[in-house]
Amino acid sequence: MNLKPLYEPKTMAVIGVSLSNDRHPANVIFNKNLLRYPVRVFGVNPKGGQLQGQRVFASLAEIDAKIDLAIIAVRAEFAVKVLGECIDSGVGGAVVISGGFAETGHTEMQDELRDLAKEADFPFIGPNCLGIYAPHRVDTFFLPSERMVHPGRGNVAFVSQSGGILVDLLIKFFEEGIGLSSATSIGNKALIREEEMLHYLASDPATGVIAFYVEGFAGDEGRRFVKAAEQCPKPVVIMKAGRTANGSRAVSSHTASMAGDYKVFSDVMAQHGIAEARNEQELLSFCESLSFYPTQTASRIGIITSSGGHGAMAVDSCQSYGLEVAAFSEEEQGRLKEVLSDNIRDIATISNPVDLTGSALEEDFVNSASVLADMDSIDCLLILLLPYLPGISSDLGARLSQVRMGSGKPLFAYVPHVEKYRMLFEGFEMNRVPVSSSIEGAVLMVEALHRRQPC
Amino acid sequence: MLNEIVEIIEAARPHGWVMEPGAKRILALGGIDVPRYRWAKSVDEAVAFCRDNGYPVAVKVVSPSVVHKSDAGGVAVGIRDEESLISVYERFSRLPDFAGVVVEEMVKGVELIIGAKMDYQFGPVILLGMGGTGTEIYQDVTIRLAPLSENDVCAMFNRLKGRRLLEGYRNAEAVDMGKLSRTLLAFSALVMDMAEHFESIDLNPVMCAKERCVAADARIILKK
Repeated sequence: MNLKPLYEPKTMAVIGVSLSNDRHPANVIFNKNLLRYPVRVFGVNPKGGQLQGQRVFASLAEIDAKIDLAIIAVRAEFAVKVLGECIDSGVGGAVVISGGFAETGHTEMQDELRDLAKEADFPFIGPNCLGIYAPHRVDTFFLPSERMVHPGRGNVAFVSQSGGILVDLLIKFFEEGIGLSSATSIGNKALIREEEMLHYLASDPATGVIAFYVEGFAGDEGRRFVKAAEQCPKPVVIMKAGRTANGSRAVSSHTASMAGDYKVFSDVMAQHGIAEARNEQELLSFCESLSFYPTQTASRIGIITSSGGHGAMAVDSCQSYGLEVAAFSEEEQGRLKEVLSDNIRDIATISNPVDLTGSALEEDFVNSASVLADMDSIDCLLILLLPYLPGISSDLGARLSQVRMGSGKPLFAYVPHVEKYRMLFEGFEMNRVPVSSSIEGAVLMVEALHRRQPC
Repeated sequence: MLNEIVEIIEAARPHGWVMEPGAKRILALGGIDVPRYRWAKSVDEAVAFCRDNGYPVAVKVVSPSVVHKSDAGGVAVGIRDEESLISVYERFSRLPDFAGVVVEEMVKGVELIIGAKMDYQFGPVILLGMGGTGTEIYQDVTIRLAPLSENDVCAMFNRLKGRRLLEGYRNAEAVDMGKLSRTLLAFSALVMDMAEHFESIDLNPVMCAKERCVAADARIILKK
């Protein structure tokens, strides 16, 4: 099944636009794509007429262009007929935003939709969904543009069973500066489900990280999904809702009692190297981290800071995730001491975490990072910066990024405020080093590389 | 699937689960070590088993309506003589739907649980954890998709908090990990073989020591 017409449409038909109600979901979709996206948009309504000065077509057949993507926004009982017309007219694929299917008990109507599409090898997303938001390409969400927060273009693809969760996450992605290749609400997932999305996104060159919000899989579907994710060369992140056991099912074996739905889910994800995010903060940190470091793994950290407190907080956090902050050997400590400036040589703590103290100079950070990057005993670096110290300039981000590029070991940074220290921050991120404005967040970015290791 | 296994399952279907003697027979057919035991349907049979094999023994009730034997007061361990054996037998015979007892040799070791479940989303999965009657209190278990590979088995050990108990904690003898691995792999093969038939399986406890890794109790809950 070819999903490309859905994600990179040049032409789009919005079927079910209203001639009298500007707030109709179809009209919102029509308007935003007409005004904001590089797509030729055609409104369709059997009555014909005009909308926003554009001709409204009475049927798909009247449109004198091949349609890549059809938005089906008609009442549920007409959806099957419209889907059939899309197939007959050679449309590339559809998003069925209409509700009133399985979620309201009308499973048979949904099955009819699915069977029809399956037979014709015609891809459609939904029903009962928001569909696709692909930055600068297309937006099928029936939400007025000015009400949404739009993350920029990036390499994280997000797929959600829930539309509401997805729209809220767009806000969080924006706030964290995480760019998206696409965001998809798959709704009732009648035809295109997580597994199909995984296959498509695995081959989508714009996508580097594939993240999911799931509520549950159908019978045996979970097994196929994890096997596919295990084969996928891109990191897969997953967040599950509905983790608490439902009701008090009488269970007659210890195994059935202890291997509850969520426990099985969580362990099976770990087994297959799928990074399970247990909350929103983990989700955001994992997506960000893996978008920078899609192939690396790490569990042994070297920490550099200029404040003992920051080091201690980071170590606590590392330990809670099972990340290792091992002490350096005497030989390693000797190498480290050698490169420190006279300013701090006798006052710095050269264990792990390395505390360069408030008297540290910029060189001390760069040189000690180089030494750590060379150590076989660690596989990634976490640098906790206090940018207000007088010895440090805004260039440090870019300079430390050079160390990362030289060594190839993943480097993560903490900078306490994004706006205030913007240039420092950009010095890191523009040179492919992820930054968090919380210590916990920075440690979680390391944990992303740990949790995606099959175990 | 072996004919004998099919027969045991079919015979158990009316009860919804395979009781201990049948379950142990299935395990033994699958290559899993079980204690020397006898399903004794009279006091004399129980006494005879112990005369041949010696004391101490464990005695457990066999009844289609007693799924959790300990909870029903249907388990007695460390029975050292004929007099106690006879009194235990008489006590158990008053339990509902009494169908005899399992008399078996006592085995020592770290108590583990090995289990399986047909999961709706993921199909057959296998569980390994710290076992015994307190298993649900510790909740120290790890789960993987069946069938297991040797790598899976290693990874499962590493995910247990109680792993150090297996490695010989405080001068205790270490468990033979090779035997434990083989037990898990044999169980995995059995699980795949029986996937159509069961809902969940408990081997609890599995007594693991240096010499042996023995499934001391077993129950198989059949698919409805």
